[in-house]
Amino acid sequence: MRYLPKSPAEREQMLAEIGARSIDDLFAVIPAEYRLTRDLDVPRQHAESEIIDYFRAAGARYTHKHTSFLGAGAYRHYRPILIDAMAQRGEFLTSYTPYQAEITQGTLQAIFEFQTMISELTGMDVANASMYDGSTGAAEAVLMAMRITGRHRAVVANTVHPEYREVLHTYLRYREMPTKLVACDPETGRVDLRALEAAVTEETAAVLIQSPNFFGMIEDIPVIADIAHKKGALLIVSIAEAVSLGVVRPPVEADIVSLEAQAFGVPLCYGGPYCGVIATKEQYLRQIPGRLVGQTVDRDGYRGFVLTLSTREQHIRREKATSNICTNQALVALMATIFLTIYGKEGMRELAEQNLAKAHYAAQALSAQPGAKLRFTGAPWFNEFVLYTEEDPAAWSQRLRSDRIVGGLDLHRWYPEMSNCTLWCATEIMPRERMDKTASLMAARPVEA
Amino acid sequence: MATDPVNPQTDAARRTTGKVRPHQTQNEGLVFEKSSPGKRGYKLPELDVPPVNVDELLGAAARKEKAQLPELSEIEIVRHFTRLSTWNYAIDLGMYPLGSCTMKYNPRVNEWVARIEGLAEAHPYRPDHLAQGQLQVIDLLQRCLIEITGMDAITLQPAAGAHGEFTGILLVRAWHESQGNARMKILIPDSAHGTNPATAAICGYEVENLKSNAEGGIDLEALERQVDGETAALMLTNPSTIGVFESQIHKIADILHAKGALLYMDGANMNALVGKTRPGDFGVDVMHLNLHKTFSTPHGGGGPGSGPVACKAFLEPFLPIPVLVKNEDGGMHWHYDRPQSVGRVRAFYGNTGMFIRALAYILANGPDGLRQTTEDAVLNANYIRKKLEDVYELPYKTPSMHEVVFSDKRQAAKGVKTGDIAKRLIDYGFHPYTVSFPMIVHGALMIEPTESESLEELDLFIEAMRAIAREVEETPELVKSAPHSTRVSRLDEVQAARKPVLRWRG
Repeated sequence: MRYLPKSPAEREQMLAEIGARSIDDLFAVIPAEYRLTRDLDVPRQHAESEIIDYFRAAGARYTHKHTSFLGAGAYRHYRPILIDAMAQRGEFLTSYTPYQAEITQGTLQAIFEFQTMISELTGMDVANASMYDGSTGAAEAVLMAMRITGRHRAVVANTVHPEYREVLHTYLRYREMPTKLVACDPETGRVDLRALEAAVTEETAAVLIQSPNFFGMIEDIPVIADIAHKKGALLIVSIAEAVSLGVVRPPVEADIVSLEAQAFGVPLCYGGPYCGVIATKEQYLRQIPGRLVGQTVDRDGYRGFVLTLSTREQHIRREKATSNICTNQALVALMATIFLTIYGKEGMRELAEQNLAKAHYAAQALSAQPGAKLRFTGAPWFNEFVLYTEEDPAAWSQRLRSDRIVGGLDLHRWYPEMSNCTLWCATEIMPRERMDKTASLMAARPVEA
Repeated sequence: MATDPVNPQTDAARRTTGKVRPHQTQNEGLVFEKSSPGKRGYKLPELDVPPVNVDELLGAAARKEKAQLPELSEIEIVRHFTRLSTWNYAIDLGMYPLGSCTMKYNPRVNEWVARIEGLAEAHPYRPDHLAQGQLQVIDLLQRCLIEITGMDAITLQPAAGAHGEFTGILLVRAWHESQGNARMKILIPDSAHGTNPATAAICGYEVENLKSNAEGGIDLEALERQVDGETAALMLTNPSTIGVFESQIHKIADILHAKGALLYMDGANMNALVGKTRPGDFGVDVMHLNLHKTFSTPHGGGGPGSGPVACKAFLEPFLPIPVLVKNEDGGMHWHYDRPQSVGRVRAFYGNTGMFIRALAYILANGPDGLRQTTEDAVLNANYIRKKLEDVYELPYKTPSMHEVVFSDKRQAAKGVKTGDIAKRLIDYGFHPYTVSFPMIVHGALMIEPTESESLEELDLFIEAMRAIAREVEETPELVKSAPHSTRVSRLDEVQAARKPVLRWRG
């Protein structure tokens, strides 16, 4: 086997030095009745070229020839070449969690830079080293608010990503922490402020909203923060489309921000690995879950970085830890750090502006077609929008498919009351020609018999 | 004696004064410190739609001040991250014997296939009929892992080992609830990973500690005493964190099952078992795997991981949604309507990119390669044990599997602790072993070589460990002040925690 660096003779030599007659001696401790005496029923050993053939075939069904308007928590942005060129360096790729600081300063400093960039973008004081993804990050943020406030109820906007809400439900299941769902304003697609005000009580630990929300609409953070804070609850803002922060005002009134950083140069890869991260105000630092990197000095006074405040964590606190999280998403956070370094201060603005321009062009082109209109109006939005069509989405999807276009996502699956509503996303990579083509295909509705 | 200023071997030559360190790569600042206004590392394509006015479109929601991100040119970005990378130790550089972490070779073809366009650019909400390639990969990996573990069903959704534990214990709880009583407590041996008790707690269970016996294994009598009608499960790591196989495993399972409790296996050490024995055959009801340990996906400086959970058939109805189902026409789709499911533990389907890598590893190995891998991992650990047991204290004489745990008892007599020996190992060119874990061994040195080390590399490591043992006798201060060869010396962790500086401020 080509990954194994030993010759048969070396194996024999080692066994002899150990004092074992055969390798089976070393497994004698396993009771005979449980020893596997046959080959595992898995595919035979493959050559590297065969492995590549297998995965190429698996990936061949859908290629760059397709155009997709899918967003909904996973965004396709251009990924600069440097991201993989740097992140694939073996020193980053094949290193472990930086417990031994003297020989993992590379990872540690990169995480410190990541924490800084996320703090800057979100308007928070501090950020952690990463969480699994946006969904688990939002759930952990709610648990964090519960620890901070000592309260046991959460109020959640129904415009938070439906799968994030499902994950939250799973996390809270055994916490005796009831959640109250607040509907959205049917005009604007933003959280219904009056309903929110009525739902928040003196027992509410946290209000969880998403902005831009699942329908793409940007929530009125200062007003929502007031509603939460008046009752002593914390405001948690979940952000699924991180590139929005280039042009959208950061949620500075929030107490905790849970960000999904996938949009920062992380491949879609059918849903993961992505990169969650929790940012918060300084005073809540000791309740934050996950790893934190801090700056310090070595014996000679040189600056260096270490994992810090680990008394919050499972390997020290065991059942009293803030979370059971151990491995996080360090390499993906590194990709995001490289992405943010490449675009930088000006580029993030420019990139976000292009998204805004493309998506608004798409919205205009699509909603101008007969029987189509934007479902929500009267509030700002970033690069996603909900389109209502008189025609059943299943019907026009079929027409788009003939031209290798995947249109907006049918919302009926999560919002049964929203018939014929689809969620569309256009990022900076969407060519105008494809948007025009899509609009004309949408318009080409067969004449009813 | 006068020192020769041009001899690079002298201390004087190695030291520099002022801001510049001996080599530029050792002198890299923070990315923010290299920024200056107007430098660019990007160029956006020409906009083919009319530009928009941000303030008009967003009004009060428009961002007024740009985030203070750095401004650098492309070459500076390449140098920055390349220089940072050189400060890391890595498997690609040498032996990384972190016990319990399984730092094995991460094959490059895994990285290559995970970046194939049709896989890397697949949107998770792509319609199922356009995702058959992805589903085929997921299905084959699921079938391989079920076969390897001897279990009946699996979910790949959990994002890491601890997340898998969470999912597994949710299954346990959901099943007990379906039987009428969720039960109150989870038994956890004192040798367990910290994630185990933390997981039990977040699933609403009380943690009851189970003391290890004299061999570091499960004390059957204590287990018999402690398991009762309120015990939901035992969370067992097998082989244990001292690298010992629980030879009484079937009795452990019997004791639990007799009282209606389940056996959860922490699969962190599954790399000692693959192809040699199967947890499903020796009584385990539910377990997690770490694809980033046993199945070679990269650790990446702390993730991403992937923590699939495999279970017996009676737990299958409780698996997280969605689950993959075969159509009559041979295609596959995601199935969501499962009323007994514990729910979702993560958005989408899990860390799919890691599934691709793990499957590439299984394909590269085949059944014979997987078995040989396990055998070599165990052979390497036992070789190290044999070659070091005369100089380092071996607290448990029970046979070792894939890792060996020594204690610093003999060296501590000279005032040198396991943490010091670990730091000195850095000077010899190796990453340290796992320090001070498991907690049942005072001053533990937990060494896991994995199968990826050649005899030559093992002998060098052994030589280094023996040399350090001699230094402890002769020049203990040298060991206690190590490392001496690194870019930074020992870092002040107390200051880092007392006055946390967690971000750069200009």
